[in-house]
Amino acid sequence: MRPALARIYRLAGRAHIVGITGVPGSGKSTLVGKLAQKLRARSMRVGIVAIDPSSPYSGGAILGDRVRMSELATDSGIYIRSMATRGATGGIARAALDAVDILDVAGFETVIIETVGVGQDEVEIARASHTTVVISAPGLGDQIQAIKAGILEIADIHVVSKCDRSDANRTLTDLKQMLTLGTAGTAAKEWITPVIATSSVSGQGIDELLDAVGRHRHVALATELGAQRALAIAEFRLQKTAENLLLGRYAKIVVENSKPLALRLMRREGDPYTLADELLNSSLQTEHEHDARSKIA
Amino acid sequence: MAAPIRILLAKVGLDGHDRGVRIVARALRDAGMDVIYSGLHRTPDEVVTVAIQEDVDILGVSLLSGAHMTVFPKIFERLRQQGADDMIVVAGGVMPDEDVAALKAMGVKEILLQDTLPQVIVDTLRRLVAERGPR
Repeated sequence: MRPALARIYRLAGRAHIVGITGVPGSGKSTLVGKLAQKLRARSMRVGIVAIDPSSPYSGGAILGDRVRMSELATDSGIYIRSMATRGATGGIARAALDAVDILDVAGFETVIIETVGVGQDEVEIARASHTTVVISAPGLGDQIQAIKAGILEIADIHVVSKCDRSDANRTLTDLKQMLTLGTAGTAAKEWITPVIATSSVSGQGIDELLDAVGRHRHVALATELGAQRALAIAEFRLQKTAENLLLGRYAKIVVENSKPLALRLMRREGDPYTLADELLNSSLQTEHEHDARSKIA
Repeated sequence: MAAPIRILLAKVGLDGHDRGVRIVARALRDAGMDVIYSGLHRTPDEVVTVAIQEDVDILGVSLLSGAHMTVFPKIFERLRQQGADDMIVVAGGVMPDEDVAALKAMGVKEILLQDTLPQVIVDTLRRLVAERGPR
């Protein structure tokens, strides 16, 4: 599979990658469905990678994002692929970016990544997409929530979903006020982060959101800010891939070697740092021995 | 570690009863499978498109409406048109015993009727994927 992905990666790079993130139940999938419909109406082909969580216990997953995008099912200009996180914690599945490349090369002009429903800290999407949309649902926080670090910082576009609800105005105001306080990161002159109220029930705000995504695409393509972003995306991809290769190489050995050390940790015969050092050293040792044996063989 | 079994659980036609299929989805999730749920009221065409886009091992169709003898031929016809007739197709729900043989002749690999225990469903699906072998 790696030779194929290597060829695909070199050919990719034309699609506009849009990340959509937000808490569980904030309306990500429904909004993605509406956006994709509008993009189709402008005769753009849309790829969608929709991520849902894997169970930490069984490893299984319910991938239910498609249920909210049912109008799109037989349109050949739309391709939806569901993915499970399989233990990845940053909000996107490990294979998601490979899937995005494939959709890119297949000619989908816009590729939407819908993250798993996130908490406050899953911000990887900002370093995997050209344009990041953060969805906030009404009724989930106050002005203090709005100035916290993490998910709200990464938005290129803020969306307040379900704006047909009466408490949506409050969320809208909190976010707008928060943005006026910012001095770091979002203070770039090329882009002013908009806050858009949407309702997937009435259709309000969807066109406005689509226009904002289009304007931000231009920023991503044609400005210094966009060039910086492109480099950050490449950096993230490289580091993340290295991390995954490393995990793949050592995970098995580390797991095999961890039982006796865990017993010692439980009995407080050592501290986590010393024993983790020991675990890594013994795992490297095991790998060396394995390499040496395979050379002799 | 082998990749989890991927299955699409689909509801087709006017059948609006999905409590059963949601229980099955949960049981398969707890058995470590990736379960894609189609939602209600899909057409045979939509279901086949989704199964192909999602590259599932198994297409499981839940029917309690009695439309199985109409729906399954359409699904198999569409799978053939799309060159995906090697997909494992399984039926679940309420179907008269006398239709079981006809469904099997059509190509449905197993028919799991309403009184099937969740563990039996899990075991059956694992066996079907094992029999097919790696892709």
